[in-house]
Amino acid sequence: MKRIGLCVVALALFTLLAAPAMAGETLDAVKAKGFIQVGVNQGLFGFGAADDKGVWRGLDVDTGRAIAAAVFGDATKVKFTPLTAVQRFTALQSGEIDVLCRNATRTLSRETSLGLNFCQTNYYDGQGFLIPKKLGVKSAKELDGATVCVLPGTTTELNAADYFRSSGMQWKPVVIESTPELNKAFFAGRCDSLTSDISQLAGVRAVAPNPADYMILPEVISKEPLSPAVRHGDDQWMDIVDFTVLAMINAEELGITSENVDEMLKSKDPKIQRFLGVNAGNGKALGLDEKFAYNIVKQVGNYGEVFERNVGVDTPLGLERGLNALWTDGGLMYAPPFK
Amino acid sequence: MAVHPISDADAIKPPKTQTGVVGWMRQNLFNGVFNSILTVVILYILWKTVPPLIRWFFIDAVWTTASEACYAADGACWSVIYNNIRFILFGLYPHDLQWRPLAAIVLLIALLVYSRDRRRWRRSLLWTWLAGLFVMGLLMKGGLFGLENVDSTLWSGLPLTLLLSVFGMVAAYPLGVMLALGRRSRMPAIKSLCVVYIEMIRGVPLISLLFMSSVMFPLFLPEGLTINKILRAQIAIIMFTAAYIAEVVRGGLQAISRGQYEAAESLGLGFPQKMRLVILPQALKIVIPPTVGILVSAFKDTSLVVIIALYDLLKTTQSVLSNPKWMGFSSEAYIFIALIYFICCFSMSDYSRKLERELGAGERR
Repeated sequence: MKRIGLCVVALALFTLLAAPAMAGETLDAVKAKGFIQVGVNQGLFGFGAADDKGVWRGLDVDTGRAIAAAVFGDATKVKFTPLTAVQRFTALQSGEIDVLCRNATRTLSRETSLGLNFCQTNYYDGQGFLIPKKLGVKSAKELDGATVCVLPGTTTELNAADYFRSSGMQWKPVVIESTPELNKAFFAGRCDSLTSDISQLAGVRAVAPNPADYMILPEVISKEPLSPAVRHGDDQWMDIVDFTVLAMINAEELGITSENVDEMLKSKDPKIQRFLGVNAGNGKALGLDEKFAYNIVKQVGNYGEVFERNVGVDTPLGLERGLNALWTDGGLMYAPPFK
Repeated sequence: MAVHPISDADAIKPPKTQTGVVGWMRQNLFNGVFNSILTVVILYILWKTVPPLIRWFFIDAVWTTASEACYAADGACWSVIYNNIRFILFGLYPHDLQWRPLAAIVLLIALLVYSRDRRRWRRSLLWTWLAGLFVMGLLMKGGLFGLENVDSTLWSGLPLTLLLSVFGMVAAYPLGVMLALGRRSRMPAIKSLCVVYIEMIRGVPLISLLFMSSVMFPLFLPEGLTINKILRAQIAIIMFTAAYIAEVVRGGLQAISRGQYEAAESLGLGFPQKMRLVILPQALKIVIPPTVGILVSAFKDTSLVVIIALYDLLKTTQSVLSNPKWMGFSSEAYIFIALIYFICCFSMSDYSRKLERELGAGERR
């Protein structure tokens, strides 16, 4: 008898836990409450940070706005929840947020055991090295015997150790606890090189006493595909987030920008007509308005615009497109056909 | 024979080397070899450190410029405060509506100053406070009388710090007193419940409680039900502070002699009257200093909500510093918020000293 009781309890618990995994549920809930709750970084300039007027800005933030534009036709129907690295996945699992756009690296274990679905990557990051130009080094292969500033206990430290071991080079890590201290030590010349994610290194370089004296080496020693994530089990919602990012990429590939999107509506190109919803089909398939891609591009912009606005060459971060260029320009941004 | 008349006053006067500035210096700074060396060393250190500090602080400092000028300046960059003051103080609160949290803070300070005087502690003050809290809540939240509704997730900066600490203290104090009474209760169930609660909360750091409330607690809730993040942190802070206050109050209760209890009982007072009229007024008076100590540290502990990404005063400052434009100027920004924290904490301990003097808590024992 006892065992049967246990089984019933276990079954009840299981159904309780499995309950959120209903297709279409998130979209309905989002539509009912009238806005999308997006989890963003609590303060990472260029990706998710509030500006001096308290308005959220960044690549991930704009991704969230694009999803709102796709769902509601209004990019302002979105609320942001700042999250720490520890909180981010719980917030998603518990339903506190509808989608996580918080520079999270897509990995196998997160995708499976954490019960998350990662969507199209919106930024390909990777670990690199920042050096003062006077070091006279052009490649990370020449860093044999270098002292390298690194944060302790992070995957960054491990990646660096792996890299130096596998290339048969010696290195001396200078481990410093906090990021500002680490930067100061590097600028003071305590180490030859600073290693971290390249998007972070760009920020460090931007605050250098004289940024032109420093450069980021071309080698990328780890893969960090930063992607928006949703809960397991709601495939429709995942498709929406996925194709929101893809629509921004596709718009750039088709040459559609927030400025010329209205003229593009008159285009004779069937690809553009389908994409912008002049020829119906795509929106209905996703459960969205036929104009969803038009709304994204019109209100938020295509991927290139969003990139340049938040992290591009003219921003303090000054990042090149690199891996984040379109596939036609030698990057990894590639959208499947919208048909 | 010439006579030198010496007046009485002259005769009594001590030698010149023992009076005035010289005398004071001899007595206090140079009365012995060791102390003389110490004085010289300390003077040298002060001479080496104070002028550069003043130069950094005031003379070479830039006050109202853009960030580019800061990189050129040798001194402090107070521009980081000047340019971001509204974000540091009010954080994510909508920019055009920031007069509302400002008005709420002014109202709170006015109420606090008004109630400093013990002669004003009447029943009407309680109603004034309730009305004041209602107006403050209305100002922050809006939604009535044509005020635009502001989501509570956007409350941040100084208002959030004050909200967490003021409500944390106000709610924790009575809860702590009740826990202290419960722990001294003769009823085993109540007593053991209170003991378990107090010891369990005191056995874990505040950070772990905050983590529980923000990371684990939501997972236990049924799907679709989420409790406001600020409220969760607020409850964690109240639970934590109450446990500490309970132990302090218990100390006060134990310091009251048995005679007081017995005297109250012999007057025929029941338990609530005995506690309210005889025991607690004496016990709480004795424990004013440690209680204020706990309240001050509770106020400072609210800054720990940074780790659950609530935008309190510290977090808004960090957020400003994460902007590459202002990344290098952490010292200036932190000095500024340290000043705010100091003003708050100092006025608390200052008030407690005044209260002690008035109640004569220190004299009798």
